[in-house]
Amino acid sequence: MPKITVNSSLQEYSFELNGEDSVLVASEKSMSNAIPIGCRGGGCGLCKIKVSSGKYLSNRMSKAHITEREALQGYALACRIYPLSDLKIEIIEKFNKQ
Amino acid sequence: MKKGVMRPGHVQIKVLDVEEALLHYRDLLGLVEVNRDDQGRVYLKGWTEVDKFSVVLREADQPGMDFMGFKVLDNVVLANLQQSLIDYGCAVEEIPADELDGCGRRIRFVAPTGHNFELYAEKEQTGKWGISNVNPEAWPRDLKGMKATRFDHCLLYGPNVQATHDLFVEVLGFDLAEQVIDPEGNKAAAFLTASMKAHDVAFIECPDGNKFHHASFLLETWEDVLRAADLISMTDTSIDIGPTRHGLTHGKTIYFFDPSGNRNEVFCGGDYHYPDHEPVTWKAEDLGKAIFYHDRVLNERFLTVLT
Repeated sequence: MPKITVNSSLQEYSFELNGEDSVLVASEKSMSNAIPIGCRGGGCGLCKIKVSSGKYLSNRMSKAHITEREALQGYALACRIYPLSDLKIEIIEKFNKQ
Repeated sequence: MKKGVMRPGHVQIKVLDVEEALLHYRDLLGLVEVNRDDQGRVYLKGWTEVDKFSVVLREADQPGMDFMGFKVLDNVVLANLQQSLIDYGCAVEEIPADELDGCGRRIRFVAPTGHNFELYAEKEQTGKWGISNVNPEAWPRDLKGMKATRFDHCLLYGPNVQATHDLFVEVLGFDLAEQVIDPEGNKAAAFLTASMKAHDVAFIECPDGNKFHHASFLLETWEDVLRAADLISMTDTSIDIGPTRHGLTHGKTIYFFDPSGNRNEVFCGGDYHYPDHEPVTWKAEDLGKAIFYHDRVLNERFLTVLT
């Protein structure tokens, strides 16, 4: 099972991914709240991450949030990527928490 | 004062994958697929709607709303409203008949919130789906999923809600049914109706323009809303919140997302509005209760998850 390690400014957290879940759904099931949950459909951009290491497959996601250039740099929406190996990811906060 | 705008007529929604979207809008929501055009757009409607279509899905590289259209009484009204929009200072674009299959000429303008709206007078009428107009049965027996009865309204986010309210009321003859007012007296939200419904279109103030919060579809009963929630779980569809009740409009509701992240609502019930009714006001400081009447707390997603 691929292991996902999340680096945020506050903490490092990891969870394992089962079956066919996206990185976001696996994060949600781990009850970690590590990645912000929005639409889960590649549309709203809330779960934007940068993958710093590891391989993954991506489904289509909104170009308003992930440009082609960003996709090449490892930026992705966690709800639309499926790991092929262990991943190290960083959260890109779209909205400032109040 | 009424100016001849009758009802919401259609919404064109951008989706990342039109076949995936169709499984959602047709098989889960229960809209009826009625047409595809040479651009690859898919046309659907709720079974009670008499016009040929009300929802158009267009494949694009980002989700959101292309435009929302309102049907007006006739072509004289359409010409008058076109001139009124121009006189008000709106840039108006004319879309020829049949750019949408079966729809007459459309007048398009951009509201101060950044959203594209259209007016049109003619659309092919195919009648309610699955039942006759003479001695009609109660409902057609072969509906799918949530059996949504009609496209009802959109909630849209953008700047300049007050100016958009003024345009819809002064030029298009909508009434303000409900509003949210902040402590400084500014309109944070405007729920507008061209009919007796609690809203035909609603706006919430947001710095980013042309944002799509949801398209909403009417169900008949609270039991239907609960059954919709069951179907959302059965199909592992992305849920937002509900079933619950809104303070605003008092509708009974559930929110969920299509496969491209566009939010949908199915709801039943709610308030009505006659032209002599004073607008209902909610205070922005009580927005939690205004939006989610039971939780009385706003979730962050309601304000930030948009397409």
